[in-house]
Amino acid sequence: MQITVTVNGTKRTADVEPRLLLVHLIREVFGLTGTHVGCDTTSCGACTVLLDGVPVKSCTLFGVQADGRSITTVEGLARNGQLHPVQAAFKEEHGLQCGFCTPGMMLTGAALLDRNPNPSVDEIRWAISGNICRCTGYMNIVKAIQHAAEAQRAAAKAPAAVAAGGGQ
Amino acid sequence: MLPARFDYHRPETIDEALALLDQYGENGKVLAGGQSLIPLMKLRFASPGHVIDINRIVGLAGIEESGGWLRLGSLTRHNQVVDSEVVRGRYPVMATAAPLISDPIVRNLGTVGGSLAHADPAGDWGSVMLALGAEVVVRSSSTTRTVQIGDFLRDTFTTSLEPNELLTEVRVPAPAAGSGGTYLKLERKVGDFATVGVAVQLSVDDGHIRSAGIALTAVGSMNLRAREAEDSLAGAEPTDEAFATAGRLAAATAQPASDLRGSAEYKRHVVEVFVRRGLSRALELARAS
Repeated sequence: MQITVTVNGTKRTADVEPRLLLVHLIREVFGLTGTHVGCDTTSCGACTVLLDGVPVKSCTLFGVQADGRSITTVEGLARNGQLHPVQAAFKEEHGLQCGFCTPGMMLTGAALLDRNPNPSVDEIRWAISGNICRCTGYMNIVKAIQHAAEAQRAAAKAPAAVAAGGGQ
Repeated sequence: MLPARFDYHRPETIDEALALLDQYGENGKVLAGGQSLIPLMKLRFASPGHVIDINRIVGLAGIEESGGWLRLGSLTRHNQVVDSEVVRGRYPVMATAAPLISDPIVRNLGTVGGSLAHADPAGDWGSVMLALGAEVVVRSSSTTRTVQIGDFLRDTFTTSLEPNELLTEVRVPAPAAGSGGTYLKLERKVGDFATVGVAVQLSVDDGHIRSAGIALTAVGSMNLRAREAEDSLAGAEPTDEAFATAGRLAAATAQPASDLRGSAEYKRHVVEVFVRRGLSRALELARAS
């Protein structure tokens, strides 16, 4: 079946079997291996990508279901050579050790901050409860998402202050 | 894991979907959120020849309260229920159950109708809808019928849906004044199936219980309505003793199996405790409503 998917802002077409899972479409057809296959049973969240901005487990969706829709993978988080605030914060706060869960964690974190720019620790823990990390004990992942939230809020405020005549 | 080959269909209207179901019948399978169907296909427990993806049908998802009913389109995602203000305000059983279903990412795709049609005995919505006395609207190309949820859920992974029928809507009766409810779920971790779940809905009037709905998750071959416990409460005063009796009766209704989540004895005990606790919480909410 012929499908067209917008992947990280670029339209891609492919001719695929309907039974091809989205995660394999992304990794093997589009060649984007940042999306990891972990448990392959909808449990671990390593394969999380954003479908029209919403986190989904790409091992539990057929690639054909993404036809005509937009996918964001970890490769699409950085823009113009600038790390996404969530990526920068994971680096800053040591939000990873082995890195296997990290793409899914960062996409879930980024989607959370889109919905809720100022989440509490509980809200962060709740949001990432479908993503499993076996190294960090989650402490630094939560810190990283908090850090990213602060950075995003500061960035959003800065131009407003200038516009309000705060330039000194 | 690779599912068996199938042909993929993506109808844009309910009528198109129903025509496809007429055509493929037993060999067709409706794909809603896919969070149960796709894992089953990957394990090859299910290998339908034709998958009918209803996700692009406009108007099949949404929540609205009208004419004495809360109407949920069958394609309503679990997280839409979590985010619904009308549900949070007036349907506490649903509001407490929705955030406990699987995990937040699965809830973005999984649907209320899909969960009911899947009829997993560990599914949460089945118990919630039994406690609420909900009904479902089922359509084929030639008929539309409304089915009480208790008649819809038949057995493990078995409903009264015919191969050419589609579940289109879930209808929950709007609560009378003096109603409250809650859902209690024991799970080992986020995303696991329930070890035990209990849905409770209570309606009180002048110091007496008008009606009680109690249903149990993951302690039998299907979601079980605890009818003896419900009957023991109807007309009774809402006392701790009455709630304790209902807990014991519900525990007797449960048919749990020992498995890696716990022994049958343990699960039965959890049912008793959850029914008691659930009724106390439902009473608080009923009195505050």
